[in-house]
Amino acid sequence: MILLSISLWFILEKAILIACIIGLSFFIAMYTTYAERKVAGWLQDRHGPNRAGPFGILQPLADGGKLFFKEEIIPLASNKVLFLLGPGLAMITSLVTSTVIPWGAPIVTDKGSIPLQVADVDMGILIVFSVVSVGVYGIMIGGWASNNKFSLIAAIRGASQMVSYELPMGLALIAVLFMTGSLKMSVIVDNQIHGGWGGFLSWHVWSQPLGFIIFFVCALAECNRTPFDLPEAENELNFGYHQEYSSMKLGFYLFAEYINMFVSSAVIATLFLGGYDIPFVNEASWKLEPWLMSLISFSMLMAKISFLLFVFIWIRWTIPRFRYDQLMNLGWKKLIPLALLNMIITAAVMLWLKK
Amino acid sequence: MLTQRAKQVDRKPMTFLESIYLWNIVKGMGITISHLFKKKATIQYPEQKRTFSKVFRGLHVLNRDAEGRENCTACGLCAVACPAEAITMEAAERLPGEEHLYREEKYAVKYEINMLRCIFCGLCEEACPKDAIYLSQTFAPANYGRKGFIYKKEELLIPHPLKDKEAYEKALGNKAVKN
Repeated sequence: MILLSISLWFILEKAILIACIIGLSFFIAMYTTYAERKVAGWLQDRHGPNRAGPFGILQPLADGGKLFFKEEIIPLASNKVLFLLGPGLAMITSLVTSTVIPWGAPIVTDKGSIPLQVADVDMGILIVFSVVSVGVYGIMIGGWASNNKFSLIAAIRGASQMVSYELPMGLALIAVLFMTGSLKMSVIVDNQIHGGWGGFLSWHVWSQPLGFIIFFVCALAECNRTPFDLPEAENELNFGYHQEYSSMKLGFYLFAEYINMFVSSAVIATLFLGGYDIPFVNEASWKLEPWLMSLISFSMLMAKISFLLFVFIWIRWTIPRFRYDQLMNLGWKKLIPLALLNMIITAAVMLWLKK
Repeated sequence: MLTQRAKQVDRKPMTFLESIYLWNIVKGMGITISHLFKKKATIQYPEQKRTFSKVFRGLHVLNRDAEGRENCTACGLCAVACPAEAITMEAAERLPGEEHLYREEKYAVKYEINMLRCIFCGLCEEACPKDAIYLSQTFAPANYGRKGFIYKKEELLIPHPLKDKEAYEKALGNKAVKN
């Protein structure tokens, strides 16, 4: 059987890659919490945390250590199994989404190429979507198992919000898929590399500006970020679905949220901002060592992700939360028609160009 | 119409572009990003301190004269003046040989101020005929228990001006010495 003849090297390569990506996700999530507080401070004419280590860079470690040593409380009236399952599920789903993202240019050697991507499956982007929709259960199960009315309201809000915003997100994505003709993430990135100005002009954000905006807004809603943070609305719902959680289970929920942010920024960067493409230069003509090339393209992707994360944070500290009816109106009555329009226009233009 | 600034409330339904909020959100983001480059309002407390006005009333200090003798004669006027009844004292007579410690023939053996009762009004300072008590520029007392907030003579007395000149001047602050 040819399918089962997987070499040990292949497994080792993937295992290393997975370990690196999980480590990276945790590291970035940690420092996103720091960036969040720092940027919040700057935007409010403050300094932000600056006591733990130089410029406060040890702050996330202090926060994490604090969470570890907090008392673990499981409410008596809760459903214990589900109560434990909730944060675990939230964490797993947010980590799994990063499997299909190409993190850098493949390292081409004479024995074959090593892709910096855990799985380059044919249905690439659909995996992200299916896993994200499972992510709703993390919130729902946590909110339900807490046996608390605020948590339950938050869980219902979260579920309906995420389900409604997946629709325009998917529709905005379809327009992109029209242009690439493939669901494979590597093909989507490849489609954006060969264009004017070193690939810059072929980034999908220029051909799909409306799709980009819709996708970005929906990503905010999927990550439960302000202005769509209704599931955890502090002042209405007492922190919503993680109200009854303490210690590292709370930490898992909060952490999963930041990992979600990181992964959705990576997805946006891959779909619309050219993935690991370096703009304005023709990197193929450099003739660099393959590993160096991969490293540079990886840092380019990280730069794009950092910029998107900054925008996420920037938005959070600018606008207040939407009311629930405004949220639903925006999702169903504004974004879905716009996304449909975008899809139809794209399809028409594609047909016209083909003729 | 007191201010002439009253505006008619606009109740027109939002247009489609307004209802996706995008333009207004971008405007708001412009405002917040401009704050990124503004001067920070923070005073980094333990390193930097706000400058006080001349009449700032902080923790109390029991004063000494230039030779290091205690000014207080335990007359009790400060305790009488105190609206919060925070001051307690006990008087004693100066014995021969103690002239270098106390300026007058009578002095306070016990002098306590309950900092939890004190309202830092400065009436004790005004009542004192001997310029023995005044409110310094140190503040923010911290302690582990309520008992620690009852300041005894050891905590209140100013350092000796001849033996520990630096600490004396620091405790004196920038208040003009009247004697």
